Amino acid sequence: MMKSINNLEEIRKIIGKHKRWDLAFMIAGIFALMIAVLTFMALFAHMLFDGMPRLSWDFFTSFPSRRPESAGILSAWVGTTLVMFVTAVSAVPLGIGSGIYLEEYAPKNLITEIIEINVTNLAGVPSIIYGLLALGLFVYQLGFGQSILAAGLALALLILPVVIVATREAIRSIPVTIREGAYALGATKWQTVSDHLLPYSSAGILTGIIIGLARAIGETAPIITIGALTFIAFLPPSPMKSEFPYISFEWLMAPFTVMPIQMFNWVSRPEEAFQLNAAAAGLVLVVMTLAMNGLAIYLRYRMRKNIKW
Amino acid sequence: MQINQEKVAKPIQYKSEVKNLSFYYGEFSALKNIDMALHDKKITALIGPSGCGKSTFLRCFNRMHDLYPGNRYEGEIILHPDNVNILASNVDPIEVRMRISMVFQKPNPFPKSIYENVAYGLRVRGIKQRAVLDERVELALRNSALWDEVKDRQHDLAFNLSGGQQQRLCIARALATDPEILLFDEPTSALDPIATASIEELITDLKNKVTILIVTHNMQQAARVSDYTAYMYLGELIEFNVTDTIFIKPKNKQTEDYITGRFG
Repeated sequence: MMKSINNLEEIRKIIGKHKRWDLAFMIAGIFALMIAVLTFMALFAHMLFDGMPRLSWDFFTSFPSRRPESAGILSAWVGTTLVMFVTAVSAVPLGIGSGIYLEEYAPKNLITEIIEINVTNLAGVPSIIYGLLALGLFVYQLGFGQSILAAGLALALLILPVVIVATREAIRSIPVTIREGAYALGATKWQTVSDHLLPYSSAGILTGIIIGLARAIGETAPIITIGALTFIAFLPPSPMKSEFPYISFEWLMAPFTVMPIQMFNWVSRPEEAFQLNAAAAGLVLVVMTLAMNGLAIYLRYRMRKNIKW
Repeated sequence: MQINQEKVAKPIQYKSEVKNLSFYYGEFSALKNIDMALHDKKITALIGPSGCGKSTFLRCFNRMHDLYPGNRYEGEIILHPDNVNILASNVDPIEVRMRISMVFQKPNPFPKSIYENVAYGLRVRGIKQRAVLDERVELALRNSALWDEVKDRQHDLAFNLSGGQQQRLCIARALATDPEILLFDEPTSALDPIATASIEELITDLKNKVTILIVTHNMQQAARVSDYTAYMYLGELIEFNVTDTIFIKPKNKQTEDYITGRFG
């Protein structure tokens, strides 16, 4: 007769043996996680320690200077804000439009499939390639020069695939029964998109946009490639004017600098005091990025509250 | 006028006639040469084992298959009184869906308010006047036996309703536009027995107002609610007759085997 396999002693021994693997993996997992978290924490703490004393109102309202103690990031954060604005204004409509087209309108054929694969792969193209493209196309071909406009458009290209993919995924996560429900009532494609698909996917799309912008804000390579200046002691012209039409787009064509470039400039200086400035600017940049990610999480939570599927 | 007199003279009133209908998902033939009719203001049930094509058949009536590539219809579904073949390529599927409403298997309210759910079909038609919308929404909610439960919270989210209420809301949404035919695709399969009973009662009440075609996997449900029953198997219509005849004296051996639970 065969030996019974239901011997309780044996079973307990086997379970005990198997459970040791659970423990082993848990320890390995915590270790792996700690490497990532602790490294970041150490970097951040170091930056905080170095940069914190330099943070003051003056630091935000002063132009760069040869004297480290009076140098500030005014032109850098204004430049970053304006470049981000141009990036968002151009990448958001293009990205959402492309995403909706690919998801709802495009015929399912070989050409669409090739485009889809390309869009996904574009997200992995090194950012300096976008810089080169922007240098050739925007700076020279279209004659925008080394301007805020050229930089904003270069970063828009960079994050376009992120926005497209986020839009498609957000739309695809809407249950097919909701979409069919709209069509069954006699809605056209556009009515289905504008009344249902877009509103219900807005949380996901917005998250994608903010994550894209958070990536763009720290990009240095494409901005250097198109020739941002490292030392800017003036602000771009104001977008508001006192005479008609009260609004001006001159700032789009202005030379500029951005936060990462200002940091890069300071880091490459020999004086110790400039290193502290770089740490302070880095701190501001990290806080800006974290704030954007935090906003994304908050908005997603707010907008998903009414949607259950 | 000529046509009208003919219609009056006809002993049986058809709302719709299906003529030699076949349907293909790409190469796969899902429906084969179906001929049957929907009697005006009656309930017709489609029964058969899973995969027999009853839902596919139902979804031909509102051209739902047009939403996906690679689908093909052959044959005709004639809609009376204007004798239009709703499958014809020159007939806009959107027009068909405005005339023929559908209620789905799982309640699928939009993540909007109760009111906006019911009003959506009207808004799609461009109705904007508040008074007209209010009136139609109330009528639809009354007709779907939901009014008393929701009249004080029409602007609450539809998701806050129970499953059975959500399905009645979907029926109200489908009714709000005065459809000529109402399609039900296994409307109670996601509901508990009590909600199921209320939906069945509602469907029976609705037959004075609208022609109904209902797919069900539940034979008792077909026997309880329908006037006519069609038994389908592997994409073919095996038998179509008055419900009592189908359940008491089916002519076809296959139908009898399915009805008596010997198969399926």
